[in-house]
Amino acid sequence: MAAVVAVEDLRKSFGPVHALAGVSWTADAGTVTSVLGPNGAGKTTMVEILEGLQRADGGSARVLGVDPWGASAEHRARVGVMLQDGGLPARSTPVRLLAHVSRLYADPLPVAGLAERLGIDRFADTITRRMSGGQRQRVALAAALVGRPDVLFLDEPTAGLDPHARLDVWDLIRSEAQRGVCVVVTTHSFEEAERLADRVVIVSEGTVASQGALGDLTAGTTLEERYFALTPRETR
Amino acid sequence: MSAAAPTRARVAAQARFETRTLLSNGEQLLVAVVLPALALLGLTLATGIGIGQAAGEPRVDVVAPGVLALAVISTAFTGQAISTGFDRRGGVLRFLGTTPLGRGGLLLARVAAVLVVEVIQFLVLGGLALALGWRPHWSGLPLAMLWWVLGTAASVALALLVAGVLRAEAVLAVANLLWVVMLGLGVVLPAGRYPAGTATVARLTPGGALGELLRSAFRGTGTPWWEALVLLVWTVAAGAAAARWFRWSD
Repeated sequence: MAAVVAVEDLRKSFGPVHALAGVSWTADAGTVTSVLGPNGAGKTTMVEILEGLQRADGGSARVLGVDPWGASAEHRARVGVMLQDGGLPARSTPVRLLAHVSRLYADPLPVAGLAERLGIDRFADTITRRMSGGQRQRVALAAALVGRPDVLFLDEPTAGLDPHARLDVWDLIRSEAQRGVCVVVTTHSFEEAERLADRVVIVSEGTVASQGALGDLTAGTTLEERYFALTPRETR
Repeated sequence: MSAAAPTRARVAAQARFETRTLLSNGEQLLVAVVLPALALLGLTLATGIGIGQAAGEPRVDVVAPGVLALAVISTAFTGQAISTGFDRRGGVLRFLGTTPLGRGGLLLARVAAVLVVEVIQFLVLGGLALALGWRPHWSGLPLAMLWWVLGTAASVALALLVAGVLRAEAVLAVANLLWVVMLGLGVVLPAGRYPAGTATVARLTPGGALGELLRSAFRGTGTPWWEALVLLVWTVAAGAAAARWFRWSD
């Protein structure tokens, strides 16, 4: 079966800076792939290319067999995205916003059930601007899930969440993978990667420093030790 | 398998969402309705201020079309620039670009929401003007509608240019400053009442041109082609510049 996400020799430069200098990796349906790397390593650029927000200079990026740049609405309907900065309108309340986002899809999840599952119903009357960071994370995650996507790109989905909420989100992500979704999680948390990931991709200085099944990658050591051995302390 | 809602449903849903957001924003309502209404009342009733009306012409016949032009600029330029600037900073534009709505759908929906809000403004402000004795030349209505659409296009293009290039705080400052400048420069009152140099500048601004075009249409004084050309040039130039330099992320 073809990979759901396939990145091959992907390149992107911003002036003299090579954000991506030939990155290759794949992710399959029904799995969680964690992408780790220092700030400035190229993770965000790579994921934004896969989300259709940036255009690659070279190489190839395929999601569900399609080049994400300029992809159709039908393609975008199959891809759920949770951005690091949330992307939630400042004056909207969460349930109204989720109900709105759900109208962009033909067969969305019922918003009430999703809001309840993520505890959003407990702050249903709070506008985005007055929400805590953790509350925004939950709404952004719900917005990524509401269209029943086949692929999920989640940027630091549990940053700012308390331990209970973090467990809830991890359960939710695993259950999405179990229903066949290809989940790509960008994270700085080794614990998150170890709890969630089937595969890990470590990005450093615009290239893939290492990748593989979690057990193969760590092979007798911890993910944290492996990460520090592979990545420099300072990047661009 | 997940699927997108039909294009029309997506754009209509986003337009409704944007319209409701605009109408529930107190500051936006102040600039869009309350301040233009105060300008309409003040300039109509304060007979000491010269507004360049013809002999025997009611003051409100000059003031009302200008106030409608101000309403267009409030919503299509100032309101859009500020909301787009802050949505860009907050990642809203990027997020919606990844949904089935997409960037093109978002632009269409925003323009539709602006037109809906403008119609509401016209009903409120036009109703108030009629109550104050405004007697427009109804035969000029089709031409006025054309200028309204062109003025909206120019304003939205300028709003996207400002919002897509500057930081959100700078957008807030520039959009409000330009609103005040245009308010005093030919939007509400005819450029002809200013000194020659100022009048020339006023006729070159999109606000001044739109004000003059709406006054001419509703006063039945023909079409000032120079102003029509100015507004068209602003629309094309700002649209091309926005298409070239607009950045979707902060």
